[in-house]
Amino acid sequence: MRITVTVDGTRYTDDVEPRTLLVHYLREQLGKVGTVVGCDTSNCGACTVHLDGHSVKSCSVLAVQADGCEVTTVEGLARDGTLHPVQQAFHDNHALQCGFCTPGMIMQSIDLLADNPDPDEQAVREGIEGNLCRCTGYQNIIRAVQDAAHHMRPGAGPEAERVAGGDQSAAGRAASSVGGGGE
Amino acid sequence: MIPAPFDYVAPSSVDDAVRALAEAGEDAKVIAGGQSLLPVLRMRLAAPTTVVDLGRIPELRGVRDDGDALVIGAMTTHYDVQRDPLLAEHALLLVKATDTVADPQVRHRGTFGGSLAHADPAGDLLAPALALDAEMVIAGQDGRRTVAAADFFQDFFTTAMAPEEILVEVRVPKHTGWHAHYEKFNRVAQAWSMVAVAAAVRTEGGRIAEARVGLTNMASVPVRARGVEQALVGQEATPEAIRAAAEHAAEGTSPTVDGNADVEYRQQLARVLTGRAITAAMAG
Repeated sequence: MRITVTVDGTRYTDDVEPRTLLVHYLREQLGKVGTVVGCDTSNCGACTVHLDGHSVKSCSVLAVQADGCEVTTVEGLARDGTLHPVQQAFHDNHALQCGFCTPGMIMQSIDLLADNPDPDEQAVREGIEGNLCRCTGYQNIIRAVQDAAHHMRPGAGPEAERVAGGDQSAAGRAASSVGGGGE
Repeated sequence: MIPAPFDYVAPSSVDDAVRALAEAGEDAKVIAGGQSLLPVLRMRLAAPTTVVDLGRIPELRGVRDDGDALVIGAMTTHYDVQRDPLLAEHALLLVKATDTVADPQVRHRGTFGGSLAHADPAGDLLAPALALDAEMVIAGQDGRRTVAAADFFQDFFTTAMAPEEILVEVRVPKHTGWHAHYEKFNRVAQAWSMVAVAAAVRTEGGRIAEARVGLTNMASVPVRARGVEQALVGQEATPEAIRAAAEHAAEGTSPTVDGNADVEYRQQLARVLTGRAITAAMAG
């Protein structure tokens, strides 16, 4: 089947088998290997990307289901060499040990902050409950998310990453410029 | 892991979807949000010849007011259920239960109707739908029919729907102003309910006028705790009255035994969680 998907701001048209998972399309056909496959059982969230502005586990979406949609991966967050505030906060707070869960953690954290720009610790824990860190490095991840929230006020989120298209459904979510702190 | 090959169709109307399902034959499968089906396909526990995707049918999404009931499109996502003002006002129990489903990513994709049609006895939306006397509107080649929740859930992963039928919407009688809570017991984040209790209570003049209590994972299908409901009516919601009513929660149940819990443990959970659910509902 032929699909057209906008990934990290670039429009791609490709032939895929219906059974191709979105994560495999991203990694193997587009070379977007920043998005990783962790568990293959839908539990770990390492493969989290944004699909039309909302976080999804890309191992649980078919590539054909993303036809006509906009996908943002961890590779599409930085702008002109400047890390996204959530990426920067993960760096500043050493919110990783082995780093394998990090792409998914960052993508889900951005989604969380779009819905709740100022989450308390419990809200962060619940917001990333679909992401597992096998190193159990959650403490610094939570610090990083709250630090990012502080730097991003009044908020940032997937909506801010949208490069093309004009889906208004997510317009109610807080958004700010990406990578610039949201002033 | 990669699913076995299948043909894929994404119809744009319910009629087309019903037709596609009939044409594809008995080894076809409907995909809604796919959050249960795709893991199954990846592990090759199922290998349908054709997958019929309901994701491109706009009429299946959204919640509308229909007088004394709300009508929830089967493809309304959990995320949208959580934020729907009509549901918050008239069917709070569904919102409370949906808040506990899986994790944020899954709630972005997973759908209300898909969860009911999948009919996993540990699924969190079955007992609330049963407790609120929801009705399922099902489309087939001969038109539409309506099935009460009590008749819809028939066994593990088995509903009253024929293979070529599609769940299109769910009618939920308004329970405006009812107190509601969904109390779920599991051991780790993301885990399915070992047991959970859906409770909705209407008060009048300081006393409980009506109560609805549904149990998750206490049988192959969701069940009503009628004994609890009856014991609550006419009572003031004191800790003693709630505790006494909750003692009826496990009456007549014969829950499944699995690696997590045996019968006695599940029945004890049902009683304890019922007390907590009613207490939390009254406090909310």
